[in-house]
Amino acid sequence: MKIIVLMKQTFDTEAKITLDGQGKINRQGVNLIINPYDEFAVEEALRIKEKHGGEVVLVSVGADSVQEALRQALAMGADRAVLINPEMEEVDEFTTATILARAVSGLGYDLILGGWRAIDDGSAQVAGRVAEILDLPVVNQVTKIEIEAGKAVATRDIEGGNEVVEVSLPAVLTAQKGLNEPRYPTMKGIMQAKKKPMEKKNLADLGLSADQAAPKVKVLEYFLPKPRAAGKILEGEVPEAVAALVKALREEAKVI
Amino acid sequence: MALCFELTEEQELLRKTVREFAEKEIAPVARELDEKEEFSYELTKKMGELGLFGMFVSEEYGGSNVGYISYIIAVEELARVDGSQAATIAAGNSLGIAPIYYFGNEEQKRKWLPRLCRGEILAGFGLTEPNAGSDAGASRTTARLEGNEWVINGSKIFITNASTDISEVVTVQAVTGKRPDGKNELSCILVSKGSPGFIQKPMHGKLVWRASNTSELYFEDCRVPAGNLLGKKGEGFHQMLATLDGGRLSIGAMGLGGAQGAFEKALKYSQERIQFGRPIGKFQVNAFKLADMATEIEMARLLLYKACWLREQGKPFAREAAMAKLVCSEVFHRVANHAVQLHGGYGLMKEYDVERFYRDQKILEIGEGTSEIQRIVISRYLGV
Ligand SMILES: Cc1cc2nc3c(=O)[nH]c(=O)nc-3n(C[C@H](O)[C@H](O)[C@H](O)COP(=O)(O)OP(=O)(O)OC[C@H]3O[C@@H](n4cnc5c(N)ncnc54)[C@H](O)[C@@H]3O)c2cc1C
Repeated sequence: MKIIVLMKQTFDTEAKITLDGQGKINRQGVNLIINPYDEFAVEEALRIKEKHGGEVVLVSVGADSVQEALRQALAMGADRAVLINPEMEEVDEFTTATILARAVSGLGYDLILGGWRAIDDGSAQVAGRVAEILDLPVVNQVTKIEIEAGKAVATRDIEGGNEVVEVSLPAVLTAQKGLNEPRYPTMKGIMQAKKKPMEKKNLADLGLSADQAAPKVKVLEYFLPKPRAAGKILEGEVPEAVAALVKALREEAKVI
Repeated sequence: MALCFELTEEQELLRKTVREFAEKEIAPVARELDEKEEFSYELTKKMGELGLFGMFVSEEYGGSNVGYISYIIAVEELARVDGSQAATIAAGNSLGIAPIYYFGNEEQKRKWLPRLCRGEILAGFGLTEPNAGSDAGASRTTARLEGNEWVINGSKIFITNASTDISEVVTVQAVTGKRPDGKNELSCILVSKGSPGFIQKPMHGKLVWRASNTSELYFEDCRVPAGNLLGKKGEGFHQMLATLDGGRLSIGAMGLGGAQGAFEKALKYSQERIQFGRPIGKFQVNAFKLADMATEIEMARLLLYKACWLREQGKPFAREAAMAKLVCSEVFHRVANHAVQLHGGYGLMKEYDVERFYRDQKILEIGEGTSEIQRIVISRYLGV
């Protein structure tokens, strides 16, 4: 069983987002982590491998700094990693998915796992796009995966309940919180990770031109949300306070 | 270009991993374990699974062989969150595993190390006696060879990890005869749980490390096989000194990590606590305290890492180990004191963890050679 895990490095959930002088997101000194949903995918891949045998290959698109996240997943137990540096200022979901699909098709696969979304841009598009390009079925937001001969039975979250989906392999499955509890890399794992293969590639290595992978979306501007204003306490007796509240909700907050 | 302060990629990943483990698995239960004075088998098991035992032991005996600096970083990260769990690991490695690994014969190593490295069992290092503390050479516990057995009589006190349900073996220093110069000849002998006449008793009522196991050991005509001798007869004192040199680095790591943890809590609190209309950290007297704390921690870290680096390079490190142990524990003393002061009355309440740090720091100025003894060791190196 060859399992591919699509993995992204993101800002730490506790990172404070700021903009630099050029109005871009400031990456200086920010703690970087494996996108938590991708970490569920890595863990699940390892569990499937432990049960059914096979190989877990990590594939990521990003700059050299992503190696750190890949090393961590290798230390958890993945077998090898491929990192494709697009060498572009900005990428969008189209770019990432195009590159990933090309890289993955060169690797071969029985199952492709990823997080259902990344916690930074939160677009939840990449895995689905990869499936589309590779013409594979996709099951999103799964909380349980059972592998049987040539197929996967996946349980997914739906509004107010669960849905159990059977899908033939190969397929793309995306991880939702609750799928598993990711393991910590062990000290031995950390030492072994150093010796595991990490291939670094660029677009040309995949036979892609910059045009073929050029983003379709252009970011015009980044801005931070307005800081939350201090709360307001309405004084006076209850009837007056209620009247003032209704007035404020209608005229200031404009919610009623 | 020889001077380099950078950690390797693996050391960074290891720090991150142990930090996350300590914050997620230890932090939520540390206060309760301290309060109940309870040794946690569950955390010990988890720390074993993570590979925190046997970090400097080669893989053929079940260790992870990540190196001494990595080991020290792990202890530091545990101590940043909880001194007791750091003690279980530091003593487990430096006092439990190290003597068997460095001085044991092949059979002893094969017998004990794999399970010790998995954290399934613990080993203790029995040196201190009621009448032999700083003067560790004054042991009164005796061992005499009778046929194929050592017969041991005496007692030990304050022995870490030596009376839990999984404390399977203790390295015991005992008098085995007289040396030509008339002094006592000391040897180390492995005593396993269940040996006839061997009694292991937990000690209670500690101010510090309340979730770490501390024990009294009694030997009443205790009999163990002659083959349990560690190394050669008469090498006990040397083995003990070498073990303590290594142990001092892990005590240093606990001082450094504890100071770091207390400092972070104090910094956060100083930014949040408002008095006289502003965060208390804005008052210069408090800001300077925080500046001193950060500076002292940096100084302690440099000295400790240098001592570890010397050790990893196979160079003499005993002088620097004594200095690092002294500095790290005394820095922690001052930092914990400032941290409580910055917390005001809340700093005295269990609800704020600096209270625990304030207590836990004290052992580091006493265990494995008091601060006075460290100064004696250092001054001897100066030839005064
Ligand atoms: C929680 C805990 C865990 C421990 N774990 C272990 C363990 O695993 N194994 C083990 O063998 N021991 C262990 N110990 C024992 C510890 O190492 C001793 O307590 C320590 O070495 C000091 O010995 P003592 O308590 O007998 O004090 P003493 O030696 O009686 O010292 C009393 C005071 O006199 C001072 N003093 C003594 N001699 C001199 C001198 N020559 N010059 C100046 N001042 C001096 C000391 O510095 C100290 O201030 C542990 C202790 C504790 C509290």
